Amino acid sequence: MPAPIRLRELIRTIRTARTQAEEREMIQKECAAIRSSFREEDNTYRCRNVAKLLYMHMLGYPAHFGQLECLKLIASQKFTDKRIGYLGAMLLLDERQDVHLLMTNCIKNDLNHSTQYVQGLALCTLGCMGSSEMCRDLAGEVEKLLKTSNSYLRKKAALCAVHVIRKVPELMEMFLPATKNLLSEKNHGVLHTSVVLLTEMCERSPDMLLHFRKLVPQLVRILKNLIMSGYSPEHDVSGISDPFLQVRILRLLRILGRSDDDSSEAMNDILAQVATNTETSKNVGNAILYETVLTIMDIKSESGLRVLAINILGRFLLNNDKNIRYVALTSLLKTVQTDHNAVQRHRSTIVDCLKDLDVSIKRRAMELSFALVNGNNIRGMMKELLYFLDSCDPEFKADCASGVFLAAEKYAPSKRWHIDTIMRVLTTAGSYVRDDSVPNLIQLITNSVEMHAYTVQRLYKALLDDISQQPLVQVSSWCIGEYGDLLVSGQCEEEEPIQVTEDEVLDVLEGLLVSNLSTPVTRGYSLTAIMKLSTRFSSVVSIYGSSIDVELQQRAVEYNALFKKYDHMRPALLERMPIMEKTASNGPTEIVQTNGETEPSVPDTKHPPLVTQPANQVTARSHDISVFTIDGSFFVTDDVLLNQWFNI
Amino acid sequence: MARVETCGSRLLRRLRFPIDQSIMIKAILIFNNHGKPRLSKFYEHYNEDTEQQIIRETFHLVSKRDENVCNFLEGGMLIGGSENRLIYRHYATLYFVFCVDSSESELGILDLIQVFVETLDKCFENVCELDLIFHVDKVHNILAEMVMGGMVLETNMNEIIIQVDAQNKMEKSETFIFQSPRQDR
Repeated sequence: MPAPIRLRELIRTIRTARTQAEEREMIQKECAAIRSSFREEDNTYRCRNVAKLLYMHMLGYPAHFGQLECLKLIASQKFTDKRIGYLGAMLLLDERQDVHLLMTNCIKNDLNHSTQYVQGLALCTLGCMGSSEMCRDLAGEVEKLLKTSNSYLRKKAALCAVHVIRKVPELMEMFLPATKNLLSEKNHGVLHTSVVLLTEMCERSPDMLLHFRKLVPQLVRILKNLIMSGYSPEHDVSGISDPFLQVRILRLLRILGRSDDDSSEAMNDILAQVATNTETSKNVGNAILYETVLTIMDIKSESGLRVLAINILGRFLLNNDKNIRYVALTSLLKTVQTDHNAVQRHRSTIVDCLKDLDVSIKRRAMELSFALVNGNNIRGMMKELLYFLDSCDPEFKADCASGVFLAAEKYAPSKRWHIDTIMRVLTTAGSYVRDDSVPNLIQLITNSVEMHAYTVQRLYKALLDDISQQPLVQVSSWCIGEYGDLLVSGQCEEEEPIQVTEDEVLDVLEGLLVSNLSTPVTRGYSLTAIMKLSTRFSSVVSIYGSSIDVELQQRAVEYNALFKKYDHMRPALLERMPIMEKTASNGPTEIVQTNGETEPSVPDTKHPPLVTQPANQVTARSHDISVFTIDGSFFVTDDVLLNQWFNI
Repeated sequence: MARVETCGSRLLRRLRFPIDQSIMIKAILIFNNHGKPRLSKFYEHYNEDTEQQIIRETFHLVSKRDENVCNFLEGGMLIGGSENRLIYRHYATLYFVFCVDSSESELGILDLIQVFVETLDKCFENVCELDLIFHVDKVHNILAEMVMGGMVLETNMNEIIIQVDAQNKMEKSETFIFQSPRQDR
């Protein structure tokens, strides 16, 4: 058999393929060759074959038949083999395959190998994909290596230890002794990974956090040296000495100082120093400043320092670099809860960011704007936000609309303003409004008793203009069904009442039923609205009883029966909806899980008790919606279905 | 009576500093302007199909970005959605994308990508896409000296290059000692 081709050859060949099919064919051919080569147990070329397999895996072709071969390579004596073997293990294997456990012994041996690079490979692989069983078995070896004086191995052992702790948290205690003098290392690589290890331990265990608090002075000293030391070519990045290490230390300081006055006190000076002295012309400087700001905001810093931090963020907001602006918005979002007033000062800049071209910045600015809305600035902010809603990309509209509704509900200066705002959202972004908003809006409208006439009039006018936006149509239908009599009698006080006849209203609702733009849910709403109007209007309408949609059909048939057989009950059944109480479970933040029907969430979804009544008597209770069994035979339908009837 | 949440607080909840969220790079991807993968390294477990889908989805998200917008994006649905960020840099014909979780410092990662690319440049002498294509295993080796288990291992370029060179030398010497066929893949 000829020697298997080299990886480079394979790559060259694949690149000549002009179509996906051609490429697939070449790959399949090579896979077959590799498979037969594996079967021959050829040690010489195994390395080459696995390398090719990994390349094909990257392109998306299956490579699982190479898993065992990787293990054989790992077990080989040659460094070259081991290198590819371990890489293959990391790319092809994970803890879901039982095969990976076979590696444990090899890794154990390699952790004790005489060559540091082999030890390094083993640590790397264990740290990347070691399963809990493997970690348990090998934790001891890792701990040993954490104490070695070889800095190359020490730094890898530290990160490997982090992985072990994540997989098997109970083993954390084991690494404690080894951490004793980690920070006295001179080697920056070791320092860096040690700080990561300490951070992990502190984040996972409050006891460890207490224990490591005593390291704060040492950390402060290291940070000081980094800042004060002159130019150090080894660690310099754009004129700043090892910015990555500075950022890591700042983060650890943040965790250590979080709820502790003494530690926070000890850090104050150094934080002020970093905040004022760091060069901001390059990205690295800004990365450090950003981390410093987060730390200042999170620990118990004195107020002067906090103001300094927010001002730095304010400066970031005006920076030309988009990345800096993005990062500033993100951190302001994190601090707006605790330092609300300070962030308010930058409100106008934030609102300006809504007009930025960058989608990521717009999103952050929108979230931050909503967080900044309060009773004082609601009118101004809402103007900006509604303008944003008009002009923003579709991906934002749903979130923005929901945010506007929440804000309006919380801070609306007047009921009329509230209704106007809702109208504005429904007409401009009506199709993006979330389904669960419809019942919430209906509830809101019902509760604003004095605004009923105004609301129904405006909604009616909107409906005349446009029936394509389903949430708008649904809310309008419901309102017309409930308050149609107010509409026709021209009782609106807030604005000029319009002249509408009963027939016109019914025509509009019928129009909704037949329109192709209406979804089945919308049709359900309008059908029920027409039904309700039968008590409010004097004329009787015909009902659509042969719709293809089962839901509509059922409703129509039952409504029809209501007209024919139980006409005496009709007025009571279709009485005006009472004011709905809002309880904890049905605030606007709840998403109502229904079978696609949207309903006001006030009637509890728990099935109400069956109330049996004598045939010619009817009760309607205002909050629990009871089911009526009238003569047993006809109205024996689903509780839930009848439930839906009488509430929509 | 339960409080109605403040407008932004639902959105804020996921940004508050999570105590037990690991500092982690979830994936490092390099692909070209047409979406062809040049390096894919995942530090979290996904099956093969999902990995390919993630690569495609990431390419889709990143390639439609303008040239003068910021380098940060919310992660795509497959890789964890808004819990994660995509931090990317576009150099000539290649996109370097790091997918990180939201507690990682975005600006720091941007610097890290810069160090990675500069290291590649030193190792390959004016690196270009072809170098990555034909020596993807070498790129993996370099990356392994920088990022381990999803965490940053070493950021000093010279240190990284020293280690990589030493290991390459070991490989070369084995070819000589073991009389094996040339392994320059």
